Amino acid sequence: MQRVVITGIGIYSCLGQNLDEVRDSLYHGKSGIGIDPERKTQGFRSSLTGILPQPSLKELLKRRQRIGLADQGEYAYMATIEALKMAKMDLDFLSSQEVGILYGNDSSAKPVIEATDQLRLKKDTTLIGSGSIFKSMNSTVTMNLATIFKLRGINMTISAACASGSHSIGLGYTMIKAGLQDKIICGGAQEVNYHSMGSFDGLSTFSTREDDPTKASRPFDKNRDGLIPSGGGATVIIESLESAKKRGATILGEILGYGFSSNGDHISAPNVDGPIRSLQMALDQSKIKASDIEYINAHATSTRAGDISEGRAVLQVFGEKQPLLSSTKSMTGHEMWMAGASEIIYSLLMMHNGFVAPNINLTDPEDELKNLNFAFDTVKKDFDVFLSNSFGFGGTNSSIVVKKFSE
Amino acid sequence: MAEVLEAEVVQKINHFLVEEFEVDEDSISPEANLKETLDLDSLDYVDLVVEVESNFGFKVSPEDFISIVTFQDFYNYVQSKVAAHK
Repeated sequence: MQRVVITGIGIYSCLGQNLDEVRDSLYHGKSGIGIDPERKTQGFRSSLTGILPQPSLKELLKRRQRIGLADQGEYAYMATIEALKMAKMDLDFLSSQEVGILYGNDSSAKPVIEATDQLRLKKDTTLIGSGSIFKSMNSTVTMNLATIFKLRGINMTISAACASGSHSIGLGYTMIKAGLQDKIICGGAQEVNYHSMGSFDGLSTFSTREDDPTKASRPFDKNRDGLIPSGGGATVIIESLESAKKRGATILGEILGYGFSSNGDHISAPNVDGPIRSLQMALDQSKIKASDIEYINAHATSTRAGDISEGRAVLQVFGEKQPLLSSTKSMTGHEMWMAGASEIIYSLLMMHNGFVAPNINLTDPEDELKNLNFAFDTVKKDFDVFLSNSFGFGGTNSSIVVKKFSE
Repeated sequence: MAEVLEAEVVQKINHFLVEEFEVDEDSISPEANLKETLDLDSLDYVDLVVEVESNFGFKVSPEDFISIVTFQDFYNYVQSKVAAHK
């Protein structure tokens, strides 16, 4: 079995458009939540969302490379060029080696809606244009990035709701561990446009605290009133230890375990048993004790049912010695298909800079979760091992354990 | 009148070729080969149809592209269609 390490990361999120900006936002507990006024004109209950600019790619990519990229593909591209640079993989390297891509994405609503609008208007399919199909498919991110970066290895999208990004890393880890692939670009991307969020808004799941956007996302807090949709792109390049050493790559961490499970229960309501099983599997595979985990990046999205069920699972699995825990969604909102990958990056940034980012806006935790070891404020702490949880609709669960690299 | 129309058509076509197809303006000349200059593939022809429709209000039939070789052929073709619509 191969050991699997992380050799490059890149991020484009509402906390910043590169690793340095995001690290500073995490340290200072800076929220990336704001208002999208257009949502009100479109009949949304809530206009709260993660705020991030659409990147300008005209100087970076040719027309044909650009016109198939949906919003989330553009975010993923920006994150991936940062990660590739860190991993010291240039285009010559990528086109001559077998590098794969497994990226999480679970919607591409805006191009689908725009194509349908155009068809209804023009009554002619040709007039939809050539880029639409490549923007509209669920695999839009991997089909575009694999083409742009000339990738020659595994090439597919992982769709697993809000655990997509996490499963992409877990499945990449599994392939490398089994010796099937040496280097894989993993990650997650999430569109932030209103088109993709109307039906979710309609479930009354989103916070409506529009008078105070940066206080709206309050995972674990009694006074929460829902989650805030958000997104961007997060790329995590993983590699066999042997390959990383041979190349002299910088090793950011080692993936020790990937736990997964399905609740076998309700389509949207979470449960406790499913997360317990994915947590336990991740720990067993890592061959470490629960007490060895020093930080948990919680999935907690700022919904009562989700926060409480995850809290119960963590209390049960980690018992008396609770690791420090925070939900960075308090700052980012819920980055959904991207979250499992971005939260690995957020945790790596913390681990390499000696702090645990705060669970902002948590002033009054749920009574039954008071024994969780919350990071209410930024905690200066050197740590070596963390665990990141991601759960999604349909009861899909993923837990990943990462350790600072040592021989 | 025909000259004004032709100048207008040429200007509009060159504009969207430069803006949307990102072709270097200096490489556009009436006798240059359209496909080679723009490096058109089968997908690009779809977008050429979209641009013509959006700028001139009619749809190019794919088979019409067979006889369009140079930029001048393209200008002439569009101009004749526009004139026929007037």
